[in-house]
Amino acid sequence: MKTSKKLIYSLILAVVVLALLFFLEANKAKYGMAYTVLTKGIILAVVAVSMNLVTGFTGLFSLGQAGFMAIGAYVTAIFLIPLNSIEEVYYISGVSPAILTFKAWLESTPIWFQAMLPYIALIAGGLVAALFAALIGIPVLRLKSDYLAIATLGFSEIMRAIISSPQMDTITNGSYGLKKIQGFSSLIQVFLIAAICITFMIFLIRSTYGRAFKAIREDEIAAEAMGINLFKHKSLSFIIGSFFAAVSGGMLAMFMRSIDAKTFTVALTYDILLIVVVGGIGSITGSILSSLLVTASKEWWLRFFDSPLYIGSFQVPLFKTGFRMVIFSVVLLLIVLFYQRGLMGRNEFTWEGLARAFNKLKSKSSNKGGSKIA
Amino acid sequence: MPKNILRLEDITMQFGGVVAIDNLSLEVNENEIVSLIGPNGAGKTTAFNVITGVYAPTNGAVYFKDQLIVSNFPKGPMKKIYAGQNNGKYTTTIKKTPDQITKLNVARTFQNIRLFKDLTAFENVLIAKHMRSKANWFSATLCLNHKEEQKMREEALELLDILGLIDVKDEIASSLPYGQQRHLEIARALATEPELLLLDEPAAGMNPQETHELTAFIHDIRSKFNLTVFMIEHHMDLVMEISDRIYVLDFGKLIASGVPEEIQNNQHVIDAYLGVPEDDEE
Repeated sequence: MKTSKKLIYSLILAVVVLALLFFLEANKAKYGMAYTVLTKGIILAVVAVSMNLVTGFTGLFSLGQAGFMAIGAYVTAIFLIPLNSIEEVYYISGVSPAILTFKAWLESTPIWFQAMLPYIALIAGGLVAALFAALIGIPVLRLKSDYLAIATLGFSEIMRAIISSPQMDTITNGSYGLKKIQGFSSLIQVFLIAAICITFMIFLIRSTYGRAFKAIREDEIAAEAMGINLFKHKSLSFIIGSFFAAVSGGMLAMFMRSIDAKTFTVALTYDILLIVVVGGIGSITGSILSSLLVTASKEWWLRFFDSPLYIGSFQVPLFKTGFRMVIFSVVLLLIVLFYQRGLMGRNEFTWEGLARAFNKLKSKSSNKGGSKIA
Repeated sequence: MPKNILRLEDITMQFGGVVAIDNLSLEVNENEIVSLIGPNGAGKTTAFNVITGVYAPTNGAVYFKDQLIVSNFPKGPMKKIYAGQNNGKYTTTIKKTPDQITKLNVARTFQNIRLFKDLTAFENVLIAKHMRSKANWFSATLCLNHKEEQKMREEALELLDILGLIDVKDEIASSLPYGQQRHLEIARALATEPELLLLDEPAAGMNPQETHELTAFIHDIRSKFNLTVFMIEHHMDLVMEISDRIYVLDFGKLIASGVPEEIQNNQHVIDAYLGVPEDDEE
């Protein structure tokens, strides 16, 4: 396929997506579910891609994602709670004076700075998480495979425990969580931030450093013999992965408008791991696709199974709250059975790939019809 | 007087009480092809691992171009169980990691091929170019180093072309035939721009025809890339044909060294390979 043709297809796709976003933005009330699912899906796509960078491309099985997301979410939230409602948010144990001074200083900054505040807040959250990643990376990245997973899982739980501890009440509001966080201005903004993050990670993976990451995944001993400093590159991948996990956590805080430590349990890490595995470990487009699909089916498409179903006057058994998750599990089982390496494996989406799949489908259906044309 | 490029001095490698290498000293001169041979378990690969920084030796020193790159002496619990000689001769500890040693222009291949299996042949070679890249991760991500990247790609392609792998550059490494995987591993090692190339059994698993071709191949790359080759090999035809000098190890001890003719007629070597006849058999 020609490059120009591919470019045209990509442009058409981008225009279609943009049009869809503008349409949803204009009809927010009518398509509330699609709006919510797309927002949450693309936010999870950022963290899924970041996990894929660490797990799928560098081969570090890290389960600390929820912990880094929590850091990002809390930092972003503290940046974005308006000064006049801060007393109200911290009404139980009061606000730490440091935060009050900081908020007062933010209020005094120039107007353009305040307009950029959501972006600055997200980056700040990311940087704090990156700092934590660099520190815990020093001992933890010496571990391999399952042991690394256990250590990072432990870190994530420690983070959550610290955030919800009474000692942190004046900063994180303990177990009450933070609310009244400034949200996104539009769906376009969410997609813009997500697109920047994901594009950055794609470019990183395609750079010479990305190739070094893949080398470490394939064979550590050989990678080292090729002059690749294992610790440096593993830390780099881990820190960048944590940065984007935290950005995604910050986006989640902006999306939900209120957060508490319970949001960031191990279950969240498993949700992300699920997305990565379903999409294909080592495929970025797979992660994006699967985060949209998984979020949509969990929150939207399978809702049908949660409400009681009547055929005539007969109530079909099993159709009640929670049945959706049973169906979801069955779907997952089927995916794992038939697509052992995830929906995309290690492949990325390409127009050629789509054309091939389409042709295969066409020839299959024409063969079925028995109308074989030589 | 030939200048030595690699010099091992009194290397002893002990794993607990097991002495894998016992007081090994050897020299490899510039532009030579030197072989290290010996029966299975003689400590040949261990010697390679000491040179490339995978293991720190228990005692002894390694010099590369007269620069001390590895040095150690028995300490801690090893002090008590140390069975080698020259205790107390070395007093410094220098432990470079394998990647640092590769950066000094020492490249190696592995006994059981260690390619990046799921990547293409081209990517395999390109990865070896990474350590010479001057760009940091941020500028590399933003494609600010595209000139350097372009150069890396061209050099990798050139290397694949020279080694006759250009036709399979987009094939996944693990899908290549065995002989080509061996060639690719050498290509990858050459991409690190070495002065000294360590080959660990390059002919393992090859048939006589392929082994014969390998002789010409090694000669070829030596002159093209101005290399010194130090290799471990079991195929005696290949070793005798190609080597300028040979070192023979048996149970970690150096039992002979010299030009191929000397080694062929050395009684110790024959005994090590064929076994000593037992006197009381009659």
